[in-house]
Amino acid sequence: MKKTPTPPKWATAFLTAYCRPQLLEDLQGDLNEYFQRNLQSKGAFLAKLIYVLDVLKFFRPYTIRKPRLTIQNRNFMIGTYIKTSSRVIARNKLFSGINIFGMAVSLSVGLLVIAYISDLLSYDSKLQNKDRIYRVVSGFHPDGNPMEMKLASTSWKAGLLIQQQAPGIESMVILRNWFRGDAQIKESKIPVAGIYAGEGFFDVFSFPLLKGVASSALKQPHSLVLTETTAKKLFGNADPMGKLVKFDTVNYTVTGVLKDIPKFSHIHFELLASLSSLDVNAPATSDGAYMDWTNFFSNYVYVLLKKNTDPAAFAAALEKISAKENASLTLDHKVFLSPQPLNKIAYGHSMGNEIGEVINPAEVYILGGLAIVILLSACFNYTNLSIARSLRRSREVGIRKVVGAKRIQVMGQFIVESVLIALISLVIAFFIFLFLRSQFLGFHEDIARRFSLELSSGPVLGFIALAFFVGIVAGLLPALFYSKINAVTVLKDASSLKVFRHLTLRKVLVVIQYTFSLAFIAGTVIGYHQYKGMLRFDLGFKTENVLNIDMQGNKDEAFAKQLAAVPGVKMVSKSLLVTSLGSMTGGWMHYHGDSSKVDMNHVDENYLPLHEYRFLAGRNLLHQTKEAPNSEVIVNQELINRFNIGHRDPNKAIGEILTWNDHKLTIAGVLQDFHYGTLESRINPTGILYLADPGTYVNVKLAPLNQAATLTAIETLWKQLDAVHPLQAKFYDDQIAFAYSQFSVFLKVVGFFAFLAICISSLGLFGMVMYTMEKRVKEISIRRVLGAEQGGLIFLLSKGFLFLLVISAAIALPLTWLFFQRVVLRDVAYHQPVNPADLFIGLFFVGGIAFVMIGWQTLKVVSANPATVLKNE
Amino acid sequence: MKGTHLGEFEELVLLTVASLVNNAYSVAVCDDLSRHADRTVKLGVVHAVLNRLEEKGLVKSELGEATATRGGKRKRFYVVTGAGKASLVRSKEIRDQLWQKIPNLALNRIG
Repeated sequence: MKKTPTPPKWATAFLTAYCRPQLLEDLQGDLNEYFQRNLQSKGAFLAKLIYVLDVLKFFRPYTIRKPRLTIQNRNFMIGTYIKTSSRVIARNKLFSGINIFGMAVSLSVGLLVIAYISDLLSYDSKLQNKDRIYRVVSGFHPDGNPMEMKLASTSWKAGLLIQQQAPGIESMVILRNWFRGDAQIKESKIPVAGIYAGEGFFDVFSFPLLKGVASSALKQPHSLVLTETTAKKLFGNADPMGKLVKFDTVNYTVTGVLKDIPKFSHIHFELLASLSSLDVNAPATSDGAYMDWTNFFSNYVYVLLKKNTDPAAFAAALEKISAKENASLTLDHKVFLSPQPLNKIAYGHSMGNEIGEVINPAEVYILGGLAIVILLSACFNYTNLSIARSLRRSREVGIRKVVGAKRIQVMGQFIVESVLIALISLVIAFFIFLFLRSQFLGFHEDIARRFSLELSSGPVLGFIALAFFVGIVAGLLPALFYSKINAVTVLKDASSLKVFRHLTLRKVLVVIQYTFSLAFIAGTVIGYHQYKGMLRFDLGFKTENVLNIDMQGNKDEAFAKQLAAVPGVKMVSKSLLVTSLGSMTGGWMHYHGDSSKVDMNHVDENYLPLHEYRFLAGRNLLHQTKEAPNSEVIVNQELINRFNIGHRDPNKAIGEILTWNDHKLTIAGVLQDFHYGTLESRINPTGILYLADPGTYVNVKLAPLNQAATLTAIETLWKQLDAVHPLQAKFYDDQIAFAYSQFSVFLKVVGFFAFLAICISSLGLFGMVMYTMEKRVKEISIRRVLGAEQGGLIFLLSKGFLFLLVISAAIALPLTWLFFQRVVLRDVAYHQPVNPADLFIGLFFVGGIAFVMIGWQTLKVVSANPATVLKNE
Repeated sequence: MKGTHLGEFEELVLLTVASLVNNAYSVAVCDDLSRHADRTVKLGVVHAVLNRLEEKGLVKSELGEATATRGGKRKRFYVVTGAGKASLVRSKEIRDQLWQKIPNLALNRIG
């Protein structure tokens, strides 16, 4: 027998779920009846379709179950609270508008910070056993300095010793950075960068392998494990397993393919090469031999502790190992090992030699601090405006109390109201947040690389929690205020209410708001001038129209000659590094038994004239052939001062002999002091040597006109020289701007917050002025009838608010000035003096806005016809 | 109680309920209306209107017998209440009065 079709079960289930019980049976019956009817007239398929459509159509307000609130607590009548609150919000458009806007703006910033922190917390969070992974880091005392300096790296030997001697270790891996070069596959060359990794890599880090065997992939020398993206880059869609990749002259075999490393990981690489590829017996480099205890600059050791191992015991084991190895060493060579938990790596105090990204806690504190200030500002607005309109609402509260409301119930009413406003704001804030996010990520490439600010369940819950929290904070004071009202007094005479007792509180809040606004804007203006000052700063040499080309290991001799022939190129020089950007090299210089650390650059004979360095005495370096040893040096004034050569007289210093790496160097010239480091550091003794080896950079001075054509010509030349690597040429001025880009990002952020703070506090002031004027309309009219002048009245009305502004300025401006002098600029060795005028630009601006608002409102009140006003009363 | 004003469709439904006497449940009302009013009447709409009429107190309802076609579910039968009757009579009176006010001539002249 054929089974009779029945209505779709899920539709029936849906109906049962949403329909009110008292309507359900009847409705279901009707639908069944129709279904049977349609089954005969239209067939099974249509009957089912119609049934489903009908079920959906019956989803109407009158059929839906009411969500049953089971809170039966009489002290907290949430239903009524919400109802009356939404009415109050709808009725007071100005009040709600100002508060919703202010809260939405400030909440959006809060959301940004929450998303930011959530990103921070997701660093390395996908790894298995993340609680048991530790990195071994090194502390040492450079030059015997008692201050310990921490490096994220440690020695290879330390890793091996730990594996042998430290108890409770499940697995250990040694990483070594700087595996980079051009991957040669048949004819093509593709530059890649990766790290060396020991065979324990996959035991410690649970990065999933797509192909290959985790236990053996990194065992054999010259094995390569590629990430998915790298595999695609090198081999396209072909299977890379077992293929050969040539670096220089050595063939590597691909033994595995990794899933791409997640964005939120403190280690990033394109490929892993087996650590065993390195020849540990190779001759010592400048850092020492591979296995030296003191060669701790390029290796990273990670361990996975056993489940029951006490981290403190592990730390003690590390101390023991260090003590044993350090026993025969002097302080400046001692290395102290300590463990660092995985979750402290990406977000923690930055050490030297980090393997990947580290987010400075200061960034988080600053961002969080600013967001809290903005959020508080919006809360203050709410508090102030709620209390300011107390004349209207106190009667309502009076009646509530007469009818029998308890204090806690009145409080509940006001808290619910502010939470409701916060939740409405949250919806708007969410859209502002989406906009802010794109702006914020666009501020600097670093931010976009380290953060995505994506939303997942965590941040979204955080958003809602934040809205509740802000609502409660904002509503707390008004709730306390209103709940204290004495019903009898209020109902007898509303004006007798002691609002004025709270006037001080409101004034304090306004002053706090404006103090922050003024401080923010003054800080932005000062910072902007400092930043511009840094870019314009006279470094002691000229950087305009100088193009620095990174040679990327290519020979520069012929290239430099070709460049010099390009029309539009004025001059070409070579150098080991580009100064004033923060990178440096140097060593110890000796003079008559005295020695000092000296910054050093190696350049050719064109370098100094090209950058127009200023000579105090002597002459430029002479052209030398490659083989000739360095015999001459050019020094700066500071070096002469440091060694007290020729009693600090540049002319007498010429011809003096210095010792550098056991070479005797004659001082050929003395330069006026110039900035070798960034402006944050003091000028050190500096020397300049002739560059015998090929340089890392070629510096090209361009004619100011028609630079685009010159750049194209340079690019063509480069392509002939090196077809694999793209040209890396940057203008010196742009490089300097980039070196200080953290300042500019900081400025943008603070400036943006300043803007928000001003918006919110201005709105708040606007609301306050409006309510105050409302209260004083009668007074003003009587005054006018009695013959008061308009000007006098405006002064009378606005002086209170202007006075608050003056107090805020008196607090904010000196504090900002001190903050910059004592905190910010103290670490910047060379900076512009803080111009007092900068402080007042902000004041002028904020004061202007406030004045226009106050003036506008007072003028409105003052110019109303007093007869009409008094008649209405 | 909401306003007692009767909408056009409400009036039709109420009349149908009255005319069906003891057999006035939603599907029957729907069928009867479709037949008389010569327009397709959707069950959902009739249901909503019946529900509204009950809220206004113009009809009352009780559950009746179950049948196999209804999958064992009972019908809800509607009966016009006193208030329902009053408002039907009232709206008929209004119409009658208006009809009487139109002179025959005036109607004849149209169309």
